Amino acid sequence: MADVRQDALMGFDQYHEPAAELPDETRTFARLCASLTEEAEAIGWYEQRMAVESDREARAIMRDAQGEEFKHFSMDLEFLLRRAPLWREIAEGILFQEGDIVEHGEEAEEEAVEEAAERGAPLAGGTSLGIGGLRGARS
Amino acid sequence: MSHLLREHAPITEAGWSQIDDEARERLTPALAARKLVDFAGPRGWEHSATNLGRTRALADPAEGVTAAQRIVLAVVELRAPFSLARDELRDADRGAQDLDLAALDEAAHRIATAENTAVFHGWEAAGITGIAEASTQDAIALGDDCALYPRHVAHAVEALLRAGIDGPYGLALGPEAYTRVLETTEHGGYPLLDHLRKIIGGPLVWAPGVRGAVVVSQRGGDFLLEVGEDLSIGYDAHDADAVDLYLAESFTFRVVTSEAAVALTP
Repeated sequence: MADVRQDALMGFDQYHEPAAELPDETRTFARLCASLTEEAEAIGWYEQRMAVESDREARAIMRDAQGEEFKHFSMDLEFLLRRAPLWREIAEGILFQEGDIVEHGEEAEEEAVEEAAERGAPLAGGTSLGIGGLRGARS
Repeated sequence: MSHLLREHAPITEAGWSQIDDEARERLTPALAARKLVDFAGPRGWEHSATNLGRTRALADPAEGVTAAQRIVLAVVELRAPFSLARDELRDADRGAQDLDLAALDEAAHRIATAENTAVFHGWEAAGITGIAEASTQDAIALGDDCALYPRHVAHAVEALLRAGIDGPYGLALGPEAYTRVLETTEHGGYPLLDHLRKIIGGPLVWAPGVRGAVVVSQRGGDFLLEVGEDLSIGYDAHDADAVDLYLAESFTFRVVTSEAAVALTP
């Protein structure tokens, strides 16, 4: 029984600091970061499996499954970008842009960081209560 | 540092944690509009207006040149101030869990009520048209007789179906109507609350700020709440005895499908 209690108090890999000391919104942020990583890994795994799979039907199933992971990854990313305005600002300068990715990255980072520093914005995570939309919440 | 100036408040992390937790706990049950309408954002404190995709014509500025100006819905800011005793905050640092945060609770209720009122009944000075006033459906008198509520709500659902608005639907009940519904059981002891939920097929919510009740479509895309700064707690000032804080948010609200709701007037 003591072992079970000990396990229940232990943290998970996504926390680098003691979970009990982290605010709720930081824990949520960390969970979604971990989820984003897992989705990206799954996308890579499916890519590898499809590359070596010769059965056409099996490849079609994997392609469909990979599409799910694309969706999950994108939803995770959008959530995190909403919670981290600076990240969002940099991403806006890079994503869906034509041209040199590295160049866009450097420019976006420089502009966003300078602007954020000028207005004293937090670098990551919001300062709000994190309530957001409540559709689907218990009423 | 953000515009909320939280770092300037004489409040420790433990104190802020209790204040934020209490605010979330108090706000969530009262934020009825967020349980029933689409939510977009948060866009941040700098976000100032919602694009409506429309223009108004301007007089020609020069011969052979026409002009138009974009119409936008400007963001409104809500702020609900409150004060906390510094003695209470010191007790929070000692580990006290039963702090007197009544002033915060009242502020939370005020700002949630104001948000609900703007969404359901509008706010003319802010250019916001509420769901009930925008509705092109005939309003239905709710009255005080709870026994008739299922019939009124069913009529509202039927009106929405006739207008091609598919379910499920949500029901925002003003506090008086909600209490009456909670207190009532129908023949056979069946709670009226459950009966109403079965009729609408969606959420039934306690909605401070709502007069009577409103039945709203839940299919999505009909009512849009766009938030700039989501509900946050900021710091104003302090003296030896108290800290002055405030709850704040910024948002716009617009009705896209005016026939997607039916007002049940008190």
